[in-house]
Amino acid sequence: MTGKRLFALLAHRLAILAYIVFALFPLYWLLKVSVTPNKLLYSEGIRMWPSQTSFEHFNFVLRHSDFPVFFKNSLIVSGSTAIIVTTLSSLAGYALSRFSFRGKYWLVALMLLTQMFPLVMLVAPIFKILSPLGLTNSLTGLVIVYSAFNVPFATFLMQSFFDGIPKDLEEAAMIDGATQFVAFRQIILPLTLPGIAATLGFVFTAAWSELLFSLMLISGNAAATFPVGLLSFVSKFSVDFGQMMAAGVLALIPACLFFLLIQRYLVQGLTAGAVKG
Amino acid sequence: MSYSAVRSDGPPRTRLRKQLADAIAPYLYSAPTLILIIAVMLVPLVVGISYAFRDIQLLNPFSGGFIGLDHFRTLSQDEAFFRALRNTLWWTGASVFLQFFLGLGLALLLDKPFYGRGIVQALVFLPWAVPSFLAGLNWSWLFNPVVGPIPHWLFAMGIMSEPSNILSDPQLAMWGPIVANVWWGIPFFAITLLAALQAIPRDLYEAASIDGAGPFQRFFSITLPFLAPTIAITVLLRTVWISNFADLIIVMTNGGPADRTQIVASYIFTQAFKRLDFGYASAIALVLLVLLITYSMLIVVLRQWLLSKD
Repeated sequence: MTGKRLFALLAHRLAILAYIVFALFPLYWLLKVSVTPNKLLYSEGIRMWPSQTSFEHFNFVLRHSDFPVFFKNSLIVSGSTAIIVTTLSSLAGYALSRFSFRGKYWLVALMLLTQMFPLVMLVAPIFKILSPLGLTNSLTGLVIVYSAFNVPFATFLMQSFFDGIPKDLEEAAMIDGATQFVAFRQIILPLTLPGIAATLGFVFTAAWSELLFSLMLISGNAAATFPVGLLSFVSKFSVDFGQMMAAGVLALIPACLFFLLIQRYLVQGLTAGAVKG
Repeated sequence: MSYSAVRSDGPPRTRLRKQLADAIAPYLYSAPTLILIIAVMLVPLVVGISYAFRDIQLLNPFSGGFIGLDHFRTLSQDEAFFRALRNTLWWTGASVFLQFFLGLGLALLLDKPFYGRGIVQALVFLPWAVPSFLAGLNWSWLFNPVVGPIPHWLFAMGIMSEPSNILSDPQLAMWGPIVANVWWGIPFFAITLLAALQAIPRDLYEAASIDGAGPFQRFFSITLPFLAPTIAITVLLRTVWISNFADLIIVMTNGGPADRTQIVASYIFTQAFKRLDFGYASAIALVLLVLLITYSMLIVVLRQWLLSKD
């Protein structure tokens, strides 16, 4: 019996180890090549760790390339998108959570529809529509497009957070004479702060990762976001593996920070939703 | 809901105003979201559908005329489109299958408490946070014999006759994006399934153990029935999502070699982005939309039929 239990325990830990290795190895390799000096890159082949490390690639990427500009552009686009989407979706999510109104069904149906159809369908028409407005090759254009793409999901997310807060709180405030908007702003919003942080994180990560629309809408280096910059760098200097991977490591940083921030809410938040129904 | 009942002591005029304010309040809260969605998603969707029947080429100033079903006639003769359709099935089927079973395995492993579960969870879910373009680049580097280890391992194990890049081998190239997609998507299934697992009441398992049910019996008669609704909805949504997910393919192979990894979504993007033929791209997109709607309807009908049989 104990032998069997020990075996089960060992199998469990080994299986988990296998998942961890599979999940982390690609990122480990990215990091490894980014700190391998060029002269060792080819001679040492697939050694697990180079005999010498250096930060020359990071140094080059940060000082002599356009990556700081791309990084800044991506930060502006993702940050603005996250703030706009969180503001709009907390208002709309509150409406869905607290009011029953005639248009509610249509609003929900419209938002579900936007989650179902292929966004790649919109590449051409959005380009055609934004171009005469001067919004192609502009960060503002990207922020508008990304905000629209992310607001439906964020609204459902915020609605689920509002649903978790008892209605008695704002009803009490309104009996004391506050308007509903004041109650929303001063009582309900502060209580949903963890939810707001999670929404900010989700939207920021989604905007940071978006590729197709930024490729289509942005052409010059000045307004390029990180994915556009990295891909044009790859097609131009496809032999500078160390530099490309150093840039890749930089692109990973903000996404990972946000992930570490929200990951503890991931399963718990979804569990709460599942229990409720 | 109306709060006027609580405060019905005011004069009738104020009460009317209050009721009016209550009636329009939800519309005011949701108006900015609604306007944004309509302007940036619904209008382009309708415009895009109209493009499917027009000759729209960005570089040709004389284009723009209405050409009826011409694009669809071209499409019915387009070998590359039908290959993309077959590739889409293969890409979606293999990705969803592997993501689901590996994700379920991970969720089951993480379900019971053990020392260090928090940190393990953070580590194995990390790929989910990696931007898709970076996941694609990262895996294409791993498959590259110059800097990546995978070709050398495959060679050492005798699977490959020489360490070469599978992304440039027409027979194997599709496995590159599929492996990257599986790596990237396991956490999604694991997170949703783990949440559903943790919502199963624990006493059910205890009761089953006392009655002498073994681990397999417990899995098939408790765990699986509880998970079934979550599995059905996530697999359905994920199938639609992955069949549209072109990022990894655009980054890793750009549809090549010889269109062997081109899926419908990446074909649409290539038509719009490289050839700037917006009309034809929109026609393909319309066909894809119809196929996806048909698929979703089929699933819904199938579900109704299965439910009515019980």
